[in-house]
Amino acid sequence: MLLMRRFEEKAGQLYIQQKIRGFCHLYNGQEALVAGAVSAISPDDNMVTAYRDHAHPLGRGMHPKFIMAELYGKVTGCSKGKGGSMHLFGKEYNFFGGHGIVGGQIPLGAGIAFAEKYKGTSHVTLCYMGDGAVRQGALHEAFNMSMLWKLPVIFIIENNNYAMGTSVERTTNVHDLYKIGCSYEMPSKQVDGMNCETVHEAIFEAATHCREGKGPVLLEMKTYRYRGHSMSDPAKYRTKEELEEYKAKDPIETVLSVLRKNKWISEKDIDASEERVKALVDESVEFAENSPFPDVHELYEDVYVQEDYPFIMDGF
Amino acid sequence: MRTIQFREALREALSEEMRKDETIFLIGEEVAEYNGAYKVSQGMLDEFGSKRVIDTPIAELGFAGIAVGAAMNGLRPVVEFMTFNFSLVAIDQIINSAAKMMSMSGGQYSVPIVFRGPTASAGMLSSQHSQAFESWYANCPGLKVIVPSNPYDAKGLLKSAIRDNDPVIFMESEQMYGDKAEVPEEEYTIPIGVAEIKRAGSDVTLVSFGKIIKTCYTAAEELEKEGIHAEIIDLRTVRPIDYNTVINSVKKTNRLVIVEEAWPLASIASEITFKIQKEAFDYLDAPILRVTSADVPLPYAPTLIEASLPNPGRIIKAVKQVMYK
Repeated sequence: MLLMRRFEEKAGQLYIQQKIRGFCHLYNGQEALVAGAVSAISPDDNMVTAYRDHAHPLGRGMHPKFIMAELYGKVTGCSKGKGGSMHLFGKEYNFFGGHGIVGGQIPLGAGIAFAEKYKGTSHVTLCYMGDGAVRQGALHEAFNMSMLWKLPVIFIIENNNYAMGTSVERTTNVHDLYKIGCSYEMPSKQVDGMNCETVHEAIFEAATHCREGKGPVLLEMKTYRYRGHSMSDPAKYRTKEELEEYKAKDPIETVLSVLRKNKWISEKDIDASEERVKALVDESVEFAENSPFPDVHELYEDVYVQEDYPFIMDGF
Repeated sequence: MRTIQFREALREALSEEMRKDETIFLIGEEVAEYNGAYKVSQGMLDEFGSKRVIDTPIAELGFAGIAVGAAMNGLRPVVEFMTFNFSLVAIDQIINSAAKMMSMSGGQYSVPIVFRGPTASAGMLSSQHSQAFESWYANCPGLKVIVPSNPYDAKGLLKSAIRDNDPVIFMESEQMYGDKAEVPEEEYTIPIGVAEIKRAGSDVTLVSFGKIIKTCYTAAEELEKEGIHAEIIDLRTVRPIDYNTVINSVKKTNRLVIVEEAWPLASIASEITFKIQKEAFDYLDAPILRVTSADVPLPYAPTLIEASLPNPGRIIKAVKQVMYK
């Protein structure tokens, strides 16, 4: 979580310096949703999410330098500089990507799970979405078929209460989003998404349910993003008090307080962690800075599997 | 040689490939227990079972997306749309997911999938059930688009489409499913992106694809009676397009008429026209003409349909115009 936080803080700085361009959505405040999940699943399980996607591959174990390089648009990035912030992918980590159309990843997540069931594995798929995505029709179609076919997928709503600038209350009369699953008789519940331990327990329980062949689970994780929707959003639609209320429940501070209370960690250990994370982030920036942009010949690569696809090239 | 229907040719292609590769499955509305809205998948549920021939709810966006996700994770789905008019509900997953995945993942995730079903008009079905979207899909990099015109081509091309590792749009016609032709029992495939000269001729080149090419055959026979020898090129694939076959024909005939069922603006006909003026400008003896559907939503009344769709009379008129006759 500390790495996610410091990585995102650095990404925010680099965005302002225009080292990182395009759209950039930070995960600050929501770290427990990934950290609590990855500790509850195995590396063989799958993960897919939307465009607020920097923390997910980090959680799966990808070195931050490949993510930073992708944010820079460098060829050494995890999507070879072709995806950018919104489209991080990591096949060797079973990370099926960041997807840019709100809700588009929901049927994809169901389909990734469909393939696991088809192949007869016990792997589960974690499909993340924001509260805004719950409003898309794709969710309802995917929920219906996931229940019908008992697909091993955990749908995770990262409910930070704002779809860009529009609060949940302004988009629906059903403010408890987990209730959406109830209309498909999908096991659905609300979870404190600011607490790593409650997230872990909920994901572990849901994964067990999936592995037993009982079908999907919906978890509404109540969380908060400290930053705006994207780097260009000053977040004027919410109050300072609301932000402070959630910061008081900060997932990293919560973990630290438990560790301190039980004397499982010393201040020296905490400082050492900060140092280690800082070194990793610095290394990532250096790697990204020193990496080249993709060569122009890359333009026509990776569009098709077919290597000699006859692209139209008019010569200008 | 034996003669079979277009729908049987498709079924053979599907079944033969599914017998060889366990990862292939067929998914769509009414494909299993109903045996297919147009009976393409008749009997396939019995052979392959409900694991591999899968009925869906009426939720094109959802099942298209599920199929793309399954393709990202090692399977090879064949998605049937009852008609490509309904694919518009699913087009987000086709364009934003299937066509983009390879590129935006830097080559990590391919999507070996076929989206197939009928396209264009099919009788008096009015505006929402009569649209020809070949050029829409052909516009999008990351996809391949096949539009066969007879049972032999349909079988060979569908087998290639299923084996292809990229997303393929495969467009048929309700009005062709009953068409019969000779199709060998022996294994064969037809490569994607290769046009075929369906009729050799020396006076004018007719370029077309899919069901509407049949109007060219009729027109060519009429023209023959008047001593005009039309060459007919079936593109068979509209992404990628086999330009060279067209260019070489035009260099021989010096006259070109393109026949397409879609609307005129930004059509395959527009694209061919651009390419020919670029590559064979000095060979042209007349401006290139096109015969397309009228630039309106297709109405219901037969008189208006007759006035809208390409037909032999309109093609003959266009041919005579490029021949200054």
